[in-house]
Amino acid sequence: MVLDFEQYRQMKGAYIKMKKAKNAGWYTLFTLPLLFIFTTVVIIPFFIGIGYSFFSWDGLPLNPKIFVGLDNYVKLFADMKFINSTVHTVTFTLLAIVLINIFGLSFALIVTTKLKVRNIARTMLFMPYLIGGLILGYIWKFILGDAFAMIGEQTGLTGIFFNWLLNPHSALIALVVVTTWQMAGYIMIIYITGIQAIPEEVVEAASVDGAGFWQTLFRVKFPLIMPSFTICLFMTLSSCFKIFDVNLSLTKGGPYNSTEMFAMNIYNEIFSRNNYGYGQAKAIVFLVIVAAITMVQVTITKKKEVEM
Amino acid sequence: MNKVKKFFLSMVALLLCVCYLFPIYIVLVNSFKDRSELYENILSLPSSFSLQYFAEAMKKMFFLKAFSNSLIVTLISIFFIIILSSMTGWMIMRVNNKLSKIIFMTLVATMLIPFQTLMMPLMQEMGWIRDNLHVPMIDTLGGLIYMNIGFGASMAVFLYHGFVKSIPVSLEEAATIDGCTKMGVFWKIVFPMLKPTTVTVIILDVIWMWNDYLLPSLMLSSASNRTIPLSTASFFGQFTIQWNLAMAGLTLTIIPVIIFYLMAQKYIIKGVAAGAVK
Repeated sequence: MVLDFEQYRQMKGAYIKMKKAKNAGWYTLFTLPLLFIFTTVVIIPFFIGIGYSFFSWDGLPLNPKIFVGLDNYVKLFADMKFINSTVHTVTFTLLAIVLINIFGLSFALIVTTKLKVRNIARTMLFMPYLIGGLILGYIWKFILGDAFAMIGEQTGLTGIFFNWLLNPHSALIALVVVTTWQMAGYIMIIYITGIQAIPEEVVEAASVDGAGFWQTLFRVKFPLIMPSFTICLFMTLSSCFKIFDVNLSLTKGGPYNSTEMFAMNIYNEIFSRNNYGYGQAKAIVFLVIVAAITMVQVTITKKKEVEM
Repeated sequence: MNKVKKFFLSMVALLLCVCYLFPIYIVLVNSFKDRSELYENILSLPSSFSLQYFAEAMKKMFFLKAFSNSLIVTLISIFFIIILSSMTGWMIMRVNNKLSKIIFMTLVATMLIPFQTLMMPLMQEMGWIRDNLHVPMIDTLGGLIYMNIGFGASMAVFLYHGFVKSIPVSLEEAATIDGCTKMGVFWKIVFPMLKPTTVTVIILDVIWMWNDYLLPSLMLSSASNRTIPLSTASFFGQFTIQWNLAMAGLTLTIIPVIIFYLMAQKYIIKGVAAGAVK
């Protein structure tokens, strides 16, 4: 069959159209199922959530939702419980970030030496991370609570061995200790990746030039693992700031609300005190803070990275 | 470094690690003791290794039921996350248009949202779906699996998207010329190459879902649906006075995790590192 030019163009146009439609069909088939689920689970609740934060509601379907505008957000600044939980969260986060990173980095330095025990050490140090926060909290609740009290009675060393969970200050420290125990092994893994990426020659060159252990550590290794610092600070900051499971199982926010962190304060506001609208407003503020810290930190630490 | 110094340092390092895992030792030894023995000396080894408290804890926690619930939820959720996210990640990487960019940016941006911001509205929405569309989303394992897929989506797509970037298109093009459909190209050629990312996603999601407490606690209310963290929480709430029984319960929940860890250690450490350094 001989086609004239016009026929040929028409057929080609139809073919391209068909192919485009077919490709669009594939695109939909590949992406739509996941996007549908994702939209119903994350996107829709996100927007409904913003809506709820402008209402006053006790969560009972039959009771009216009253529109209060920005009142919920204004109320936040006078809410002592919320302000206290902010203070606790910030204190806890700062302490935990420092401890986790010190431990994580030290562990990583031990594990990257040439000692034969390094693999066993890595296995053991990472283990706590896999036991979930809730279970960890229960383990330590026994140790720092009753077990410490009993050891104190038996040995007389009551300066260290007392029930840490009954005193507001030590309860906060307990939370820091448990979180450090959980996260240090995880952070260690990230530092290991950073340390292993340092070229052998650079360290050797430093030692040929007469640099000692500490000098090599601070002048050569640390600047070179700056990207790892970025990641580790980011990870510890956001996970400590959002702490909930350990908080719930270890102290439940007590004694006297002294360890009630952000996430738990939101949870209690909504599900215990039944202030659904107000609690949701807190949750939105929580989101804004989490997002803001993350952005700020990534920008700041990106600048400090050493170019190789 | 001479040998003596090396040996000494090794011992110090090992001792440090043993001290680090001391809490696990305490849980373990005290789960064999009876109450009076526990109160006598917490640190000592038990005088007899009877499994009596494990059996009791197992019964009171409905351990086997909880274990199988956790297993079902984790396995099925991960199965769907892998299939759906790898398909999406590949498609939006290969079709580089505006829509793909919007989808990708949305997924990445939502990784910042803490769960507490979504939990209440999510419950309301799922309640509405149950009441009006008669789909049992609340208090069913299926509902929990559905939500796990939604929450796991962004991370998995992100990882797959990044990995697809690094594999050349030429293989896929050759297969298309040979008459393979998109489905064929993806499952026969692309998906096998994505294996490293699939392993990472599996590891990260197992750690997350096996230990997840808040979402299941909000969504599952009946005792027969409890996952391991839920049954531990309710068990621990009832038996805090009987520490030996509580310790036996904790040992039960830790042991599967440790076995999994020792078996898949290489993959777990790699997967966690890959997931963090993204």
